[in-house]
Amino acid sequence: MTSQYRRGMVFNEKEVFGKGSPGRCGVDFSDTGIPEADVSALAPETHLRRELKGFPELSEPEVIRHFTRLSQWNYGVDSNIYPLGSCTMKHNPRVNEAVARMKGFTDIHPFAPESACQGTLKMIHDLGDWLCEITGLDAATLQPAAGAHGEFTGLLMIRAALAKRGDARTKVLLPDSSHGTNPASAVFCGYQAVTIKSGPDGKIDLDELSRLMDNSVAALMVTNPNTLGIFESNIVKAAHIVHERGGFLYCDGANLNALMGRAKLGDMGVDVAHINLHKTFSTPHGGGGPGAGPVCVVKELAPFLPVPVVVEEGGKYRLDADRPETIGKIHGFHGNVGILLRAAAYILSMGADGLKAATETAVINANYVKAKLAGHYHEPTPGKSMHECVFNDKLQNEHGVTTLDIAKGLIDRGYHPPTIYFPLIVRGAIMIEPTETESLETLDAFCDAMIDIAKQAKENPESLKSAPVNTVVRRLDEAWAARNPELKCGICG
Amino acid sequence: MNFPDKLKYTKDHEWAKLDGDVVVVGISDFAQHELGDIVFVELPAVGKKLAAGDTFGVAESVKTVSDLYSPVAGEVMEINAELETAPEKVNKDCYGAGWMVKIKPANKGDLDSLLSASSYKAVVSAGH
Amino acid sequence: MRFIPLTSQDREKALKVIGASSVDELFSDIPEEARLKTPLNLPKPLSEQELIEHFEQLAEMNKPSSASSCFIGAGAYRHFVPSAVDQLLLRSEIFTAYTPYQPEISQGTLMAIFEFQTYTAALLGMDIANASMYDGASALAEAVIMAKRVTGKSRVVVSNLVHPNWRQVVNTYTQHLDVDIATLDCAVAGVTTAEAVSKALTKETSAVVVQYPNFLGHIEDLASIRTACDEAGALLIVAVAEPFALGILNGPGKFGADIVVGEGRSFGGALNFGGPGLGLFATKEKYARQMPGRLIGKTKDVDGTEGFTLTLATREQHIRREKATSNICSNQALCATSAAIHLSLLGKNGLRQTAIRNHSAAKYMADRISAIKGFKLAFGAPFFNEVAIHTPVTPAVVNKRLAQAGIAGGLDLGAFYPSLESAALFCATEVHNKKSIDRLAETLSEFGR
Repeated sequence: MTSQYRRGMVFNEKEVFGKGSPGRCGVDFSDTGIPEADVSALAPETHLRRELKGFPELSEPEVIRHFTRLSQWNYGVDSNIYPLGSCTMKHNPRVNEAVARMKGFTDIHPFAPESACQGTLKMIHDLGDWLCEITGLDAATLQPAAGAHGEFTGLLMIRAALAKRGDARTKVLLPDSSHGTNPASAVFCGYQAVTIKSGPDGKIDLDELSRLMDNSVAALMVTNPNTLGIFESNIVKAAHIVHERGGFLYCDGANLNALMGRAKLGDMGVDVAHINLHKTFSTPHGGGGPGAGPVCVVKELAPFLPVPVVVEEGGKYRLDADRPETIGKIHGFHGNVGILLRAAAYILSMGADGLKAATETAVINANYVKAKLAGHYHEPTPGKSMHECVFNDKLQNEHGVTTLDIAKGLIDRGYHPPTIYFPLIVRGAIMIEPTETESLETLDAFCDAMIDIAKQAKENPESLKSAPVNTVVRRLDEAWAARNPELKCGICG
Repeated sequence: MNFPDKLKYTKDHEWAKLDGDVVVVGISDFAQHELGDIVFVELPAVGKKLAAGDTFGVAESVKTVSDLYSPVAGEVMEINAELETAPEKVNKDCYGAGWMVKIKPANKGDLDSLLSASSYKAVVSAGH
Repeated sequence: MRFIPLTSQDREKALKVIGASSVDELFSDIPEEARLKTPLNLPKPLSEQELIEHFEQLAEMNKPSSASSCFIGAGAYRHFVPSAVDQLLLRSEIFTAYTPYQPEISQGTLMAIFEFQTYTAALLGMDIANASMYDGASALAEAVIMAKRVTGKSRVVVSNLVHPNWRQVVNTYTQHLDVDIATLDCAVAGVTTAEAVSKALTKETSAVVVQYPNFLGHIEDLASIRTACDEAGALLIVAVAEPFALGILNGPGKFGADIVVGEGRSFGGALNFGGPGLGLFATKEKYARQMPGRLIGKTKDVDGTEGFTLTLATREQHIRREKATSNICSNQALCATSAAIHLSLLGKNGLRQTAIRNHSAAKYMADRISAIKGFKLAFGAPFFNEVAIHTPVTPAVVNKRLAQAGIAGGLDLGAFYPSLESAALFCATEVHNKKSIDRLAETLSEFGR
């Protein structure tokens, strides 16, 4: 087969520290006409820094070259398919970037008077409405800066609502297939995280849920479709069990890309959901953030939204902080507004039909990959998938090849690997989420690479152990890194 | 996999050995293999009192964490301080230089209720 | 739809490979009662051209002040960011990449964040720094929670000269974690004195939290506060809202701070109505395993080539789940990269020079305003780039007049501190010049007549 990979120019670049030459600088200054103040008067001598030891001295071209070279060591969505399961690495539309950079938005101070930020407030208000419509819920906060931040916010609201009912509860239930952020968020909220074992089909086991769901449980946290890419078809029944016993149903919206225009979380009985704008709504991941994790809730929970809330009155927008039942402030200002702008632009580009088409295509693409790889890789949960599908390394284990080797083999063929070793309930999981922005040709090529690796695993398993060989670095000694943490460049500081 | 006959084991993969007045504790060859490269071992303060089954520490590899459970009740008399800078000793010599704690048992007889090498071997092969 | 490559023929072809008769069949696991029967009620889609026009109109509804006529700081500072920063961020390998879980194809992100960790640790004067938190406020909340984890104590003493919004976020984060927050009222003095800290400390106190420079722009005496902490065995947490100050001030680590957090938006970021921010988090090496957030470490590959990888990940939620040091997953990586680029352009001299210019501009502004009859500096203490000034009429009236002149006046402090109800917090940075400050002073002088 022909690999998409071809050797290119890769530079051997060192850290920025220690580069350059004394006296160089990459910025210049205006003639302000302001006399230079005496810094010594600012603080006692012991407080004054005389020199930024180890900081580089570089001209603009040197800095640009350094970071350009670093960028060439990276793989992005623009390079090729990025099939990370549960991460929804879809295309990042360029108009979003243009919109987010308009000076009318970037230059607004968070303490600016409301009269000076009506456009931004309207955008926040509109986006909240649209997200409520998409999820079938009633009210939204756009402050949380990421998914986990949203989980924490949503659980705090549940806790506040229960407190108002005079019903102190101590536990949150979550399936063993859940994201690690779920239990961690529950604990940050003062709850004990209790794991529910999934049924053999990978779904919530209703008997097990019934057994565990009592009046000490504040909420059931689910992800739907779950992290196996399977729709929780018992969700309505699960919601019923949870509600009947006084709890709330929380949905991790990481996989909302499978539902837009097809089903609403609110209609399934979900009370609270966070949405990852950096997944479903096309905002870029930026190498790990910033994202945004808005939270949508049912009416009963609306009084507890974080402050301030953007409200509209007669075409004017204002920030309402006078909400006695609020859980408080969750962000220093108003959340990752720059990310909200991108998501708003995406929704306006797509419209209702476009979002539905995105969801349908995402599900088609995942099932297409699943069909093509069937037989070459073991499927722990055969059958239909939603927007992502999960395989494992069981067939390859026979030849001593593991999921990690398969992932590294993909890199040598010019592909970013899928999510690996998650969900934890599948040993050696390989979780593939192609998204709707990949063509069938790209999926074919990716599947060919996967099939080629399966063949290599059979015929020459040892050679896969040395992958990747085409990259700027090869497999790294992670044990050494953890035993001898070197977390900064020594010459600086 | 090596499971010395002279040692006692728990189903949580610790080993224990009576050495004079104290019980020496570590993790089994199976456990160190499952964890992979161990990068950090967190051990208790000397003097800490433990019940049998209590967590006495944590072993971390690059991508997993495992709690360590005390095979017997008693008081921690000594910890293997060398693991602080050389956790890889657990991988290299889990029954020797990779020992973790020495516990003065409340009741030496507790050791008798632990698994023998052959029973432990059966536990390992059943679970795998 | 220009973002979706599949045509209707492609769909048919794919369905055939899948063995499904229709798209509906793929969604058949959704129970009937939860299936959506009507289209979503959303605005009709816009073409790219229409979309840009729509957002231009929204942007016009905003009334941003030009850089040199904005005098609000208070945790979000206007700085000049060189064009090279954003041009580099638009390199798609940087902004369209995911978290660097596969190090062999993420060395660019990894090295950039490693550099960010280095810059952060150096500026804050600490041993180690993480790969970023959401913003300064959430970083501070996580620091308070970490202090409890390290010390096993519940009480924390927080100076009220820490940013009011940050204090609110700390309250929100810790409300169910058995943390008892004692707020120290220092608004009358304008600085957090060691005496006040000593009085507030008990043996049950896990940490003391101060801001440096504080919310009123003043430089806290960290050395004596540290001594006070030591007497009670409390940790010292220092929050930095304007890290440009550290171009001329020693990092809090030099005074023995245990955890230093901050807001890094000043480096490479825009105001953006307050977000994205960039949470800085640094601590002593001995607390590395108690730290929240991602860490990048240096190592070698199988050939001995130097490289970078995520490390000490066992602290994090994806491995330790309910026992993790924090629930954070996504952070502010692109903002951290932006900061690393901006700091590299500034370098040793540019950073120091910018800090001096911030202070000089604020000093000039304070001198000009305080010379106007009826305007008076609220405190005599030295300040970095912002200063509290009593106004002859209420700050609201003053700011209304300034707004008419296209000037964004200082933050009205009355909402935060009763003793400063007639004061506003004015900020000036390197983006201001003599002309813009003179114009501010001239407009204010109308109130002095």
